Amino acid sequence: MTNAQENTAVQAKTFTRTVSSARQFQNAFVGGLIALGTGIVLIPLFLIVGQVIFNGISAISVDFFVQTERQMSAITGGGGVLNAIVGTIIMVGLALVMGLLIGIGTGIFLAEFSEHPLVPLIRVMSDVLTGIPAIVVGLVVYGLLIATKLTGYSAIAGGVALGLIMIPIIVRATEEVLKLVPTNIREAGLALGLPRWKVTLSIVLPAASSGIITGAILGVSRVSGEAAPLLFTSLGNPDLVWNILQPMGAMPLSVYNLAFKALTPAQNAQAWAGALVLMLFILMTNIAARTLSKRR
Amino acid sequence: MSNPFQVQVAERTASTAAIRLEAKDVSIFYGDKEAVKKVGVSFRSNTVNALIGPSGCGKTTFLRAINRMHDLTPGARVTGQLMLDGINLYGSDVDPVDVRRRIGMVFQKPNPFPTMSIYDNVAAGLKLAGETNKSKLDGVVEKSLRGAALWEEVKDRLKAPGASLSGGQQQRLCIARALSVDPEILLMDEPTSALDPQSTARIEDLMESLKEQVTIVIVTHNMQQASRVSDTTSFFLLGDLIEHSPTAQMFTNPKDQRTEAYISGKFG
Repeated sequence: MTNAQENTAVQAKTFTRTVSSARQFQNAFVGGLIALGTGIVLIPLFLIVGQVIFNGISAISVDFFVQTERQMSAITGGGGVLNAIVGTIIMVGLALVMGLLIGIGTGIFLAEFSEHPLVPLIRVMSDVLTGIPAIVVGLVVYGLLIATKLTGYSAIAGGVALGLIMIPIIVRATEEVLKLVPTNIREAGLALGLPRWKVTLSIVLPAASSGIITGAILGVSRVSGEAAPLLFTSLGNPDLVWNILQPMGAMPLSVYNLAFKALTPAQNAQAWAGALVLMLFILMTNIAARTLSKRR
Repeated sequence: MSNPFQVQVAERTASTAAIRLEAKDVSIFYGDKEAVKKVGVSFRSNTVNALIGPSGCGKTTFLRAINRMHDLTPGARVTGQLMLDGINLYGSDVDPVDVRRRIGMVFQKPNPFPTMSIYDNVAAGLKLAGETNKSKLDGVVEKSLRGAALWEEVKDRLKAPGASLSGGQQQRLCIARALSVDPEILLMDEPTSALDPQSTARIEDLMESLKEQVTIVIVTHNMQQASRVSDTTSFFLLGDLIEHSPTAQMFTNPKDQRTEAYISGKFG
């Protein structure tokens, strides 16, 4: 054996000896605590998902997706939530257009023009908007659009209410990802003799696009579960409608109505099934957001 | 022309080329701090001009003032006159965007646009300024990439992302991007400090051919580089321009003791 090999052998021996059984125990103990904590966090999640699936799965059928609430009957059963699915997609779509336009614009302003004196004020206001309860947003839109007779109870009013909730989410996401784009990218654009707005829109914004898309999808999954802002705005509608100037149904409203008015176990199961569809929708948007943000 | 400045420089360089870029009493401030103090210097057409000096001496600040990138720093202010072909770049009627069209810049770290292909990186300057003619863009992209000695390496994968190139190739891509808008002056801020020796050598060779089209001003920490690539060298110390001489003279027979101390490695 050469000297070096001998040394390694001696060292290896010392290593085995120094790992005491007490330390191994401590390591296992702390590891166990962490696993336990994780388990406790997961229990409510599995309880919720499990209960919704258990109670709702029996009411899931093709009819449930192609018929409307109008066709539901306590006596004959049947009917579905197509009106609510379409309504949710339309109103969340309206909210998304509003949220993207205003949210990205404001986010760009906060991140790229941070020397502007209004920036701190707008940032605080956006944060406050995040904290306003959804029901209050609904009341405000009612006051602004419906009480003033600008619109009736309608999908457009519901979309505006959901949009107001989505805006600060997109503002925050846009600002954060724009700040991650390195300054030297902006300088490279400006050094080419491009005006600042063009550098921002054509070079900086595309570099941040995956983060903004993720933010927008998280915004979508947040507002698609909201019932409160729709109660005084879109009102709900058991019929399938496409006109955004008419009252319109939405998944959370259907869950609320079905659960409240259920007379038979079958109707009760339909309420749970509505909740299940809503949950799956939100789960899918979340997965989409994660996949998109990982791709880059 | 009886410009006293030109006479003064003519004595030094014996070059006959016209003066492109000229600084008169240029002081540059960050808030109240005077980072560059009353600098007067001029650079002739189609030459490579090195700015050297220890960190914090104001050479990069001076460089960034030339294409008005310094404007972007909050609290930044420039006094005196910085002139391109006799026009004050800080005149009240001068748009910094126009200044940057004519005075290109290559940065310390390669910074290709992250979401764009090699082609789009080079075409971006023209495309975003509204050029839509495909064949014109193709021509400019090829010419610029050839100018940056990158064409042969990337001509078969122009659609690949700019970020997929090696560091040295990325820096040449950035040079091609700067050349695409046909600048008259090219500013280079330590363009090889993030590169390996081979890539550095390629870019130094490139400067020799680039000066046929443009006037180059390069900030470098590497005095061998300054002596290899430049026609004139300016030595900055604590915001003062200590000496501006033809490079050969600067490195063999400096006029100022401080220059001699710096280039012989006694400080900095």
